[in-house]
Amino acid sequence: MAKRDYSLLGSDGARAVETGLAAAEWYHTDVPRKVMKELMQRSDQPAIRDTIILYGCMIAFAAGGIALWGSWWCVPFWAAYGVLYGSASDSRWHECGHGTAFKTPWMNNAVYEIASFMIMRNSATWRWSHARHHTDTYIVGRDPEIAIMRPPAFVKLIGAFFGIPDVIAFFPRMIQNALSGPTAEERTFVPQSEWAKVQRVAILYTAIYAATLATAVWMGSILPLMVIGLPRMYGAWHHIMTGLLQHGGLADNVIDHRLNSRTVYMNPISRFIYWNMNYHVEHHMFPMVPYHALPRLHETIKHDLPAPNRSIAEAFAEMWPALRRQLAYEDYFLRRDLPPTAKPYREDFHRAALGDLPDALPAE
Amino acid sequence: MPQWIRACATDDIDEEDLIRFDHAGATYAIYHSPEGDFFATAGLCTHENVHLCDGLVMGHLIECPKHNGQFDYRTGEARRTPVCVNLRTFPVKVEGGDVYIEVP
Ligand code: FES
Repeated sequence: MAKRDYSLLGSDGARAVETGLAAAEWYHTDVPRKVMKELMQRSDQPAIRDTIILYGCMIAFAAGGIALWGSWWCVPFWAAYGVLYGSASDSRWHECGHGTAFKTPWMNNAVYEIASFMIMRNSATWRWSHARHHTDTYIVGRDPEIAIMRPPAFVKLIGAFFGIPDVIAFFPRMIQNALSGPTAEERTFVPQSEWAKVQRVAILYTAIYAATLATAVWMGSILPLMVIGLPRMYGAWHHIMTGLLQHGGLADNVIDHRLNSRTVYMNPISRFIYWNMNYHVEHHMFPMVPYHALPRLHETIKHDLPAPNRSIAEAFAEMWPALRRQLAYEDYFLRRDLPPTAKPYREDFHRAALGDLPDALPAE
Repeated sequence: MPQWIRACATDDIDEEDLIRFDHAGATYAIYHSPEGDFFATAGLCTHENVHLCDGLVMGHLIECPKHNGQFDYRTGEARRTPVCVNLRTFPVKVEGGDVYIEVP
């Protein structure tokens, strides 16, 4: 395959539209309607509980960090605050963006707006980019949320654990959005009716960061930035760690989430921070199912999915060598075996759409 | 010429649920509201042509299974992004335990 062109305005995206790979019908495991309806049911209670715990812990950790500022004792408080600010906000942004976390719409919207600000994503733009991620998951040139492009840029990936590439990209874009609305690329997936909102959100973010910075200058201390802004860097590592595992090292340009997404069993603290998105094949196959029902969905359909990784460490041990191989040979990807109870992968379909020969996609 | 077509029996759809109904190359969604009334809309989401029959009915809203866009199925009004275009609705009548929809 030729070098991948990840631009949303580029040749690979145009080819995916031509061949029918974009906006295709994806594979779904059969789940009886009655069971699926039960899994899709919404409830406010789990998300209210989790949100109280999250914001309560953030306030307590920030208070501890501020009280102990100037001594080394403040470090664990900021480390914990940072992960909740710079990583848990990613999963809250995600689930509330889907509108599935709470039953009550205003609660979803409120947490979504706060989380978008903390994770440094324009709340009006990213709603649409994520819709595209679900339509065209890891379709090159169509999906604006491909975390690991091929060949993998390892320096950037490692920098991402400290939020560096995201923050560097965010601020100029925020200013650009504040001055002139969405960029040309963003206009490919944000409908025109929302362009003014993108600009309004960017203006609001700019004002908050300017006020925080001014306060820091006035105080002659970075303390205000420890509360707002910097935790997106010093607390980003957890959401990058879990986020890279979602699709890293797996197939692209396929229309079966079992081939391009990864489910990983995780410890309860990571699952709280990540809001159960470790059940990632399940989430992509059935985005209507709220985070709190994903473990039950997993039990329902696991007979049809590749075996999940047993831990974060095991998943990294699987993914990292695959990424390294993609450095030399970017068409390489991991192909996990299905259990005997599963329906086979329908690779013929996306290969036909791509015009590839049957042996054109080497895998393990 | 609009005509009334039998879509299903009233007990084919649970309350607060929907089914898909295909007729003459078109696809429709038939709803049973929590109050026991029946409604009909186009069967495909206006965002990306996904069948709404796999979605979730909550009160008078149908949530699309793909990106969680929502419509009020009584009026077709788009109620939650990413859907922006309203859904077409069709007249419905119930006669003798059967649901009929008027199709163009
Ligand atoms: S296809 Fe229905 S909301 Fe996107």
